[in-house]
Amino acid sequence: MKTKPTALKSLDVLSLILLAIATYLALVFAPTEKVMGEVQRVFYFHVATAWVGLLGFVAAGVTGVIYLKTQNLKWDLIEEAAVEISLVFFFIAIVLGSIWARPIWNTWWTWDPRLTSASIVELIYLAYLMLRQGIDDPDRRARFGAVYTLVGAISVPITFLSIRMFRTIHPIVIGTQGGTQEKIGMTGDMKIAFFFALFTFTVIFIDLFWNRIRLGQLEQKVEQLKLKVME
Amino acid sequence: MKKKNSYLRAIGAIAWKDLAAELRSRELLSAMLVFSLLVILIFNFALELDAKTRNSVTAGVLWVTFVFAGTLGLNRSMAIEKDRGCLDGLLLAPVDRSAIYFGKAISNLAFMFIVEIIILPAYSFLYNINLFQPGLLFVIFLGSIGYTAVGTLLSAMSVQTRTRDVMLPILLFPVIVPVLIAAVKASGGYLQKLPFDQILPWINLLIVYDIIFIAISFMVFDYVVEE
Repeated sequence: MKTKPTALKSLDVLSLILLAIATYLALVFAPTEKVMGEVQRVFYFHVATAWVGLLGFVAAGVTGVIYLKTQNLKWDLIEEAAVEISLVFFFIAIVLGSIWARPIWNTWWTWDPRLTSASIVELIYLAYLMLRQGIDDPDRRARFGAVYTLVGAISVPITFLSIRMFRTIHPIVIGTQGGTQEKIGMTGDMKIAFFFALFTFTVIFIDLFWNRIRLGQLEQKVEQLKLKVME
Repeated sequence: MKKKNSYLRAIGAIAWKDLAAELRSRELLSAMLVFSLLVILIFNFALELDAKTRNSVTAGVLWVTFVFAGTLGLNRSMAIEKDRGCLDGLLLAPVDRSAIYFGKAISNLAFMFIVEIIILPAYSFLYNINLFQPGLLFVIFLGSIGYTAVGTLLSAMSVQTRTRDVMLPILLFPVIVPVLIAAVKASGGYLQKLPFDQILPWINLLIVYDIIFIAISFMVFDYVVEE
């Protein structure tokens, strides 16, 4: 059996180092926000984890389509990896967001478009994993998984839009939008911490993605060996 | 021209087969109807549907009833095909696979409509509220189309899994959230007599959802029934 490739090993280490630096930047380096106070520091990792969740979401949708086109099981493996990573990171983002929301919005949860969409994505992913569990034939499992991620990938933006037609209270951080929205202005040091966290989590995403795909390949190999032994 | 005709005839034949079978046995419709009435009954006690709250929650109660009853129908209509090997027979037929999808979707939609046609007057009668407004009926029409378009596709998937009885709602509910939001909002708008320009965005959303998901289902149905 092949051992872990060196590139992947070094990426693991790099991710850890980056995560340590990002933590330092977010917790110590960045100045304390004037209005919200210390709890605002959650924001750096909150946005970064949500970003990774979104990356995984897009990756899952795209690989689903590619799988349906090519019928190559390799893409099914990548799709499942993307879904699992996205599931975990969206969950972390929701938890971090709730920690921030408790003192700021005075509630753990509100039915805002982003919050609701993120939780619906989680439910779709859980349904996806349950669907896969219920099917034995690998080809059919892959096909159904791809169809369902595709349906999910298209319905979630519509869900987001439809909830947005209500009024939203989620702050808009990047991009301009007028109106009554509260806006977080970032100073230079905050921006450094923010973009560094984004970068770090992107690296972590790639690292986890790679590890998960490798795990999937090993799983397939084990499955094949098992069949061989049974024969 | 001839090819198009045979495609439409295939769709019609599949839908007609379901309707004819249902007309003889009536097991699906009666189950959906009794279930819907029970749901409304439960809501009556759960929400205290008195005259004051009624106006604001009627749209929600109606849609939850339709969605739950619809799941029952969707599950059953695909399970029948799978159990007795009818699906294999249909797949052997020399027609485009999407014709099977449209045929099943039309018969599912017909069942939804029949249930709705009976539930609406029953609800109007029980709660003394006039539900027969053309706008509201149009919203229910659009919402049911979106619901069955996705539901037919996902029910074809869920019946092929091991946990099929519980799988359909779990797969279906998270992806039909937009239909539910828009339908409840638009129906509520008509019931509360809001001006039309406040209802229009929701109707547009329903139309967009219907078109997108009919198109998607049309494209991917092949992969779902492939052996």
